[in-house]
Amino acid sequence: MKPQTEAELAEIIAGANGPLHITGGSTRPIGRTKGAALSTAGLSGVTLYEPGALTIVAKAGTPVTTIEAELAKENQRLAFEPMDHRGLLGTTGEPTIGGVVAANVSGPRRIAVGACRDFALGVRFVDGSGTIIKNGGRVMKNVTGYDLVKLICGSYGTLGVLTEVSLKVLPNVETTGCVLLHGLDDATAIAALSKALGSPFEATGAAHLPNGIDGVSVTMIRIEGFEKSVTYRAEKLRDLLKGFGEATIRIGSEKDWASVRDVSALADQKGDVWRISTKPSDAAALTAVLGATAVQYDWGGGLIWALMPEGADLRAKLGACDGHATLIRGKADTSTFHPEPAPLAAITTGLRAKFDPRGILNPGMMT
Amino acid sequence: MEMPAPDASVLSRKDQIVERLRSVLAADAVISDIAETRAYECDALTAYKCPPLCAVLPANTDEVAAVLKICHDMGVPVVPRGSGTSLAGGALPTADSVILGVAKMNQVIETNYDDRYIRVQTGRTNLSVTGAVETNGFFYAPDPSSQLACAIAGNIAMNSGGAHCLKYGVTTNNLMGLRMVTMDGQIMDIGGAHLDSGGLDLLGLICGSEGQLGVVTEATLRILHKPEGARPVLMGYDSSEVAGQVVTDIIKAGVLPVAIEFMDRPCIEATEAFAKAGYPMCEALLIVEVEGSDDEIDYQLDLIMKIAASHNPVELRQAKDADEAERIWLGRKSAFGAMGQINDYMCLDGTIPVSSLPFVLKRIGEMSKEFGLDVGNVFHAGDGNMHPLILFDANKPGDLELCEEFGAEILKLCVEVGGCLTGEHGVGIEKRDLMNVQFDPQDLEAQMAVKDVFDPAWLLNAAKVFPLETSRSRRAA
Repeated sequence: MKPQTEAELAEIIAGANGPLHITGGSTRPIGRTKGAALSTAGLSGVTLYEPGALTIVAKAGTPVTTIEAELAKENQRLAFEPMDHRGLLGTTGEPTIGGVVAANVSGPRRIAVGACRDFALGVRFVDGSGTIIKNGGRVMKNVTGYDLVKLICGSYGTLGVLTEVSLKVLPNVETTGCVLLHGLDDATAIAALSKALGSPFEATGAAHLPNGIDGVSVTMIRIEGFEKSVTYRAEKLRDLLKGFGEATIRIGSEKDWASVRDVSALADQKGDVWRISTKPSDAAALTAVLGATAVQYDWGGGLIWALMPEGADLRAKLGACDGHATLIRGKADTSTFHPEPAPLAAITTGLRAKFDPRGILNPGMMT
Repeated sequence: MEMPAPDASVLSRKDQIVERLRSVLAADAVISDIAETRAYECDALTAYKCPPLCAVLPANTDEVAAVLKICHDMGVPVVPRGSGTSLAGGALPTADSVILGVAKMNQVIETNYDDRYIRVQTGRTNLSVTGAVETNGFFYAPDPSSQLACAIAGNIAMNSGGAHCLKYGVTTNNLMGLRMVTMDGQIMDIGGAHLDSGGLDLLGLICGSEGQLGVVTEATLRILHKPEGARPVLMGYDSSEVAGQVVTDIIKAGVLPVAIEFMDRPCIEATEAFAKAGYPMCEALLIVEVEGSDDEIDYQLDLIMKIAASHNPVELRQAKDADEAERIWLGRKSAFGAMGQINDYMCLDGTIPVSSLPFVLKRIGEMSKEFGLDVGNVFHAGDGNMHPLILFDANKPGDLELCEEFGAEILKLCVEVGGCLTGEHGVGIEKRDLMNVQFDPQDLEAQMAVKDVFDPAWLLNAAKVFPLETSRSRRAA
């Protein structure tokens, strides 16, 4: 089913007599569910774009590329840098903005400017009873009523099917610079990233690739802005990080970050892919016990991408940690999403029962 | 403003309720004497007052849980309170309610500079969070203008903003985790020292829920290193349309200032008489601040000054040193106090799309004449968060009601042009009955369904946020 209007979508859901599998561009098959396919791809188009107010409103099925092209005309961008999962998950198709919001998809810049959820200003969605609901709006500051925008963002279509999203956008930057350190072990690299992120020099990316490109680890810190400022801050960071070795500076290096964003390092390797969000200073010790085939650190160490042997239960090895692990790719016989402590699980169940009383929207997806 | 009639059965059981609360708290932590409960009869929306049944000041999360459990079991309404600085009546009690104040819980639990967070008890004031980390060069970004007094608990409840949120975001963008107690006394941890949720984003849901879903007792907050420097410029224009265009042009040029503040003529006149900041007398004044090293600031300000100059300003002033920077901010920071010198005022905080600024200011001016009440505008222009200050005389019969009517018309206008009722103060009781203007019944139903999950009996701060008529069946249940 591929409704062309919000009203049509609401009618389909209201009239559904079984589970529905909600999709946007079908590029992020994360989580397991079953049901009749219901696509939002027919709801497409930018409905409002106000560059001077830094806001864009688009229907859920609008391709991300369409939005990026619109923004580029005004030299603006989606600052949370949504990851493109196609390489890592081996999918084809066209990522949609609704899918980005439904999965709260961000990229390396999340560490500095926030996640997709921080840029989501408003939503329209259809709940599991077929009721059309709006929340938030199209202005940057809005505390009118409960923030259901955050609740819906990252709910993977399980509380409602997005029909329209309103996002804050930011100006594009003149120049990107990168400060690189070489040959550091994981713990030392993360200490270096912490030092950079705890400086006044506004790093907008902080990643560590233990295998680098040719087997030598590389630690990357991104700086963005006006050219003069980028050069200045890159030099300051190089000085600040002297204790970690001689850093090299590269000006104009956007491409490296696209591969960090899309976790290209793990894309063509066999195995299960896990995504762990944790406290950065715990990351190296956590990784050490995983027995991973390969890892990539982003967000100053707070985001670990781990390639595990097929079927291995990473969570069992991880143990209790400050954070959570999600199975992004693979067939491990465990839940996709991190189990919640009992009081939170009860609230989650209660919320699902309210928004989707018949349990028909992507059932089982977030378990 | 209507509040629900107090529950007679609760009022008649006051002694038993107080006794049970005393059994779990220190003797001085239960305030039930009628003269003393008056200290909790209102927040910063002083037009409405009602002493609570009693007030409790627990010392830790376990005590909060014990209090809530007792109130839950005995069917007693609870109104959480941070520092009582809400301008929306968020902490206004009813006569049958227990005020649960977190003021005693003000400790720093943990500071971690490597991972850039601080964990505090939520009774701690906003400014003292920065105070705890500034010797290491760090700060907590959200800076509501009441930051000297307001508590983190209230900041989380209202998702408070501030002057610098154009760059740093509001509370929800700087909150990483919290410990909360639900009305039935259950303690739960949400989020932590990591980013984003592994399941539904309950952290984002709770932030801004106005103390209706639980009592937040501890918070993990993101801290940042201070910028190397910051410097403001001041610019004056002959019309708000032109000033509005300057704001748009600056944003479109790709510079992202940390703050863009706007004041109109009535506000400039009032602050000049009060604070003598040396502002030019004009229709619209902008203060734009940027951050970075000296060179970076020079570069950005150069761009901004070029844009400003191209719009024919009546004044363009760049701070040359810290002293001049302070003078530029002086008037803006004393604007509320200055307006208060003239008369009583009501401060609104509707947000509008930046593009509607000139139209909305013009309409407010016209309405001011229709209602016969003066209004000054001072606000965060970069994000469209307005702060119209309507002047009235609290001692003149009917003036408050007239002012509220005027205020409601302004907020309806904000919604009409695509904005919202409140950008950073919260709904509380003040905007409660206007929620139908912004939301359809099913939108409010979805929000109330969330409260049903956290607080099925609707005991926690229940007479706020939703129009009384809309929430009546739930509150009566």
